[in-house]
Amino acid sequence: MSERTIPTPVKAFGALALLALAALLPLVVTEPSQQNFLILILMGAQLGVAWNIVGGYAGQVSLGHAVFYGIGAYTSTMLLLTLGLSPWVGALAGGGVSVLFALAMGWPCFRLKGHYFAMATIAVAEIVQILVTNSEFLEGAVGLSLPMDQSGWGVLIFLSKLPYYYVILGLLVLTVLTAWAIERSHIGYYFRAIKDEPEAARALGVSLTRYKLIALSVSAFLTALGGSFYAQKEMFIDPGSVLAGAISIKIALIAILGGVGTLLGPVLGAAVLITIEEYSRTLFGSTGSGTDMIIYAAMIILVAVFSPSGVLGLLGDLRRFLPGARSKGPDMADKMEIRP
Amino acid sequence: MNTAPLLAVDGLGKAFDGLVANRDISFKIHHAEIVGLIGPNGAGKTTLFNCLAGFYTPTTGRIAFEGRDITGSSPESAAALGIARTFQIVRVFHSMTARENVMVGAMLRDKRVREARKRADAELAFVGLSHRADVPASDLTVSEQKRLEVARALATDPKLILLDEVMAGLNPTEVREASQLVHRIHQRGIASIIVEHVMEGIMPIAHRMLVLDYGAKIADGTPAEIAENPAVIAAYLGD
Repeated sequence: MSERTIPTPVKAFGALALLALAALLPLVVTEPSQQNFLILILMGAQLGVAWNIVGGYAGQVSLGHAVFYGIGAYTSTMLLLTLGLSPWVGALAGGGVSVLFALAMGWPCFRLKGHYFAMATIAVAEIVQILVTNSEFLEGAVGLSLPMDQSGWGVLIFLSKLPYYYVILGLLVLTVLTAWAIERSHIGYYFRAIKDEPEAARALGVSLTRYKLIALSVSAFLTALGGSFYAQKEMFIDPGSVLAGAISIKIALIAILGGVGTLLGPVLGAAVLITIEEYSRTLFGSTGSGTDMIIYAAMIILVAVFSPSGVLGLLGDLRRFLPGARSKGPDMADKMEIRP
Repeated sequence: MNTAPLLAVDGLGKAFDGLVANRDISFKIHHAEIVGLIGPNGAGKTTLFNCLAGFYTPTTGRIAFEGRDITGSSPESAAALGIARTFQIVRVFHSMTARENVMVGAMLRDKRVREARKRADAELAFVGLSHRADVPASDLTVSEQKRLEVARALATDPKLILLDEVMAGLNPTEVREASQLVHRIHQRGIASIIVEHVMEGIMPIAHRMLVLDYGAKIADGTPAEIAENPAVIAAYLGD
């Protein structure tokens, strides 16, 4: 945790400067397709930071986060289509449903450890995708379209990209602040203790089930908000676009690529991953369905072999060559150590 | 209140699929008492610890803490009641600093990070690790990690602490320091049960010794009595 050595005022200034830069960026980048690219990075970053709360800090690797993303997207969209409810309320409702689902799913799944927990999350997400695909109520594989006849802040539908940019930036800031607050509180300490040595944590009075459920619930809530945003931005959702297994992998990969258990690692991970993804799309065209999975697989191998602590860890390694640099904390391979 | 035992174990047994690790063990621990728990390898000492700390549910028997039945309670509720432990094979939180390790213990009684940090610093000073507070726990020596586990356990404000081989692998100077540490824990009014193979570490400070062999208690007495007990000598030297 090399960033711990940076004094707080410097960090606060750095964070504000970064935020100001992000807020001013679309004034320079005015091309809609490029603004869209920035929005995609912020969306990925938000999901990565949210995943990191349970997968990074608490060390409970979920490969089924698409389920929370999908719940968010479907809940806000259905509430808008059936009751005409504003997506602002719908997104919160989606978050609520997502938390309930996380509790129901976490209760049995957290009895499983390590790889088995990860496998259970894959299974749950796949089941939900199949159920939604076959649900007439949710229009199955046909998907749901948002109404095209209105726009504005009330319905959270815009004709230009710019408002979407600021909405997702706000959501990212909210997500980072949540992760930051957790990191600094006793909950963050408990998460790290559970990840390092669950038995020792129990001996110190930490209830594993309670704190794992807290981690999954907070993460699920924030992921669902990301899902609602996706629905508002694309104005169309179907099981393939919000519940697919590839989304779960992508969310986890963003955090792993950037640096698990670090506050801003996932932001960096999103920037790298989304950039590669977009360039490969121009290179191979959209015909090559499955190229994204090949890219994800290649990145997982590269991270595992060359920099288990992610891009942030790589930067830390470079810092070690600077004078006065101290050794950094254990790398991701240690942090993600999974006990059978 | 002080006349009632802190811990009362009655007829405790633990079997794993027919393998009996503990059988019909009964004893009492009083407030602030130092009790040594010895016995040959495989005698069931660590199993007994795991039963007391809530990690195992006993197959038979009762455990009462401050007069309250705690048989089969979870480790976290045992900790909340005031039973702390260390591990035979150290289990420090390796991604955290020494101070952060102890803070996790302190948070059992006070969730505020600032207060936990104060408490952690006090406990690190108590075990003599103040100078290592900011060092990652994984960079500490094994002897330091063992003391860190003691500090972490003490930070939970226990009434009883279970120390599992905290003196193993220490040099004679370190053994003496560890003995003094146990004595200072006693002076704080905390009872301790100490599993130990290092006799010169435990015999001078223990008020009482429990001896296990093949899962059963074969002796219970002062260190002097134990040293002359024929059953104990037979267990250690073979009959």
